Amino acid sequence: MRPLFFILFALFLYTACKDNEPSGLAVTESDEQYSGGQNATTFDFGQNAFGGQANGLTSEQEGFFVTGNSFFRSNWITAPASVQSLDGLGPIFNAISCGSCHFKDGRAKPPGTPDQALNGLLFRLSIPGTDANGGPLADPVYGGQLQDKAILNVENEAHVRVSYQEIAGQYNDGSAFSLRQPLYEFVDLKYGAFAAGSMFSPRIAPQMPGLGLLEIIPEADIIAFADENDSDQNGISGKANQVWNAELQQLVLGRFGWKANQPNLTQQTAGAFNGDLGITSSLFPQDHLSPTQQQQYPNTPNGGAPEISDEIFRKVVHYTQALAVPARREHDDATVLRGKFLFQQINCSGCHRPSMSTGSNGEIAALHHQKIWPYTDLLLHDMGSSLADGRPDFLASGTEWRTAPLWGIGLIQTVNGHSFLLHDGRARNIEEAILWHGGEAEKSRDAFKKLSKADRDALIKFVSSL
Amino acid sequence: MKNKFFTIFLLLLASTCFNSCGDDNDLDTEYLKKEALEQYADLVLANYEDSYNTALTLKLGIEGLLATPIYVAFEFCKTAWLDAREPYGQTEAFRFYGGPIDNATGPEGLMNAWPMDENFIDYVQGQPSAGLINNPAAQPVIDKQVLVGLNEILSETAIFTGWHAIEFLLWGQDLSPIGPGTRPYTDYIVGAGGTAANQDRRKQYLQVTGDLLLEHIAQVRDEWKTNGAYRQEFLNNKTSGEAMGLIFFGLKEFTITELAGERMFVAIDVQDQEHEHSCFSDNTVNDLKMNLLGIKNVYFGIYTKTDGSTVSGRSFSEIVKIIDPKKDDEVRAAFADAEAKINAIPEPFDQTILNNTPAITICIDALKVLGGRLEAAGKAIGAEF
Repeated sequence: MRPLFFILFALFLYTACKDNEPSGLAVTESDEQYSGGQNATTFDFGQNAFGGQANGLTSEQEGFFVTGNSFFRSNWITAPASVQSLDGLGPIFNAISCGSCHFKDGRAKPPGTPDQALNGLLFRLSIPGTDANGGPLADPVYGGQLQDKAILNVENEAHVRVSYQEIAGQYNDGSAFSLRQPLYEFVDLKYGAFAAGSMFSPRIAPQMPGLGLLEIIPEADIIAFADENDSDQNGISGKANQVWNAELQQLVLGRFGWKANQPNLTQQTAGAFNGDLGITSSLFPQDHLSPTQQQQYPNTPNGGAPEISDEIFRKVVHYTQALAVPARREHDDATVLRGKFLFQQINCSGCHRPSMSTGSNGEIAALHHQKIWPYTDLLLHDMGSSLADGRPDFLASGTEWRTAPLWGIGLIQTVNGHSFLLHDGRARNIEEAILWHGGEAEKSRDAFKKLSKADRDALIKFVSSL
Repeated sequence: MKNKFFTIFLLLLASTCFNSCGDDNDLDTEYLKKEALEQYADLVLANYEDSYNTALTLKLGIEGLLATPIYVAFEFCKTAWLDAREPYGQTEAFRFYGGPIDNATGPEGLMNAWPMDENFIDYVQGQPSAGLINNPAAQPVIDKQVLVGLNEILSETAIFTGWHAIEFLLWGQDLSPIGPGTRPYTDYIVGAGGTAANQDRRKQYLQVTGDLLLEHIAQVRDEWKTNGAYRQEFLNNKTSGEAMGLIFFGLKEFTITELAGERMFVAIDVQDQEHEHSCFSDNTVNDLKMNLLGIKNVYFGIYTKTDGSTVSGRSFSEIVKIIDPKKDDEVRAAFADAEAKINAIPEPFDQTILNNTPAITICIDALKVLGGRLEAAGKAIGAEF
């Protein structure tokens, strides 16, 4: 009798809880406002919100940060130049400084009209097959990336005209929305047509805070969260990319880039200097020219071998590692807590994993053992055909993307004056970014569309508070 | 008993008096703050007016050189450039808070971007045919639209116009270990006696950059005129706390991040001889002195015009002295210290970078102290940032 009563009572409680769910609130968690942990969280919510320095650096590291910041922001110029530490730009390139795409350490926006120049949006290129290291096979003429700019007397590669097509949609409550599908037209191809079967992938420059924390999350922790075959059958798999580490000359876990195709910040930064600016480094000592272009330009000036010295390069990498994350705003606001509850309930958190802890590797001791709130699992997920670029990148298929960290997302407007999101900037705001989710995220997206207006707003308010 | 009552009464009276005195004090300082903000706007305008007038002299000098390319005309231009850097260097204290100089549509990048891509503009050592000037095929026309447009195509940060482009066109590359660049005036002679090629295009480039510089200074100056849009907004639509917040935040950023960090620490850390702002003319130490003077002008509410007259009025220093005299003393001492140390930097800066880093290190430390004290003083009088 008594056990039965107990079970009935428990059932009653369970039902009662379920009934309560529509108005459920999440609770605040201890220290969740410290997105970057105790040491790497900044309370500057102004235009420099993404450019703050982590606390607890040694005085030597603080010096690295200043110089690294300078070389991150400064324009690189054609060699030979008086300022030798900053020459060697190109010969072909996408940008003249890191900061011209990551303005204020922030996020770039895509061109709004077909005639607008690309400024922070680039295109990766490849043809079917893989290279010797398992990575994408570069286009034989244009290489692995399209450079739309060049120094004087060198031809750039092409111009890209970006336009958008509106696609109408509807929430379950009948209210309408519209998404914009980007369309790309490659014109003025200066070195002839792309190779047969060529594939391209648009990539926008994302915001920089917290990268040094993500770099030292223990590998085992990331892999433990992967569920490649969806053994728990929740519709979400999660796959770790395995990418080429040029320094170690072996395949390792991928963490950075839209497809997690870079193993660490050293290689990410050297790759960006090389591919985006045309600056050689010890890690990538050759300019980013295809064999065809090398023949055409055998004697373009260079700014030294390598063009960025090891010492300065190290400081730029250090800078990217030591950027602090803005703290949460209004993390205990009732609407935000409602949004947080919904974020968990419709399982956005299935991929946008709220919290992890850093390990103890890396030079910056202040970043070690921090409980952080990046809202990513750093894993690859099938995001559906609408978002697909159709271009594999190591283990990432043409429909897979890495879960983007959400920290700082609500301050992009303040720092960069826009709110464009996703890998190509197609989403005009958080709401549209959610609505673009497909594939493994389809269930969550459909659940979002079923929410009331008030609940959708609450969820967006929560994401904006990150 | 009576005495005790009387004592309490006195105490109450005193405390009432103290309170009301406190209120009066707040009211008084609010009035003083408004005055100091008016004075700030006046000195900003006077400084930009000087900057405009000296840049006008430079432009007229350039026109003279282009009409009559002779040695004295060329030297006149170089002197005019150096003279024009004096008031402009002081205006840099009005940066770093999103004002007319460096808000989203501000011309700061077009005027003062650094480093300048000299190779994109004209010949450099070993490359006689480098640069836009020597490549008519790549760019047949050199005009304002083309140069401003290039900046937009290549990046939003400009590299082909402004102070340092003109500096390069006047001095040329600084290849000397001890002196500035030595471009000959004959680079501007078309035909017999001329040096380097494409002199007509070089003249065109110099003229366009001179004109653009003047236009950009005028754009900022006009915003600070009595009926200027930004001045109106700044003085009428912001609380004194907000407006002072912008000013003091800008001062702190300029002092610590830009001067101590970017322009001094990075230069000695990188050990690149020409990692200095006026690398063609070797004017960098003077630039630094003018920058510090600009910061001082703002705090003490006084600007000495190029004609020797002064624009002075209510100062932030006076208000700090009323509210927290110790902080004003500290700022004054920090100014004196920083000034002495900057004045002691041996010229040229490019040699000091390589051979005497301690002379720069002590400046960095002094500027950091100054920046911190300016922040503390600003916050003491209610600057919100």
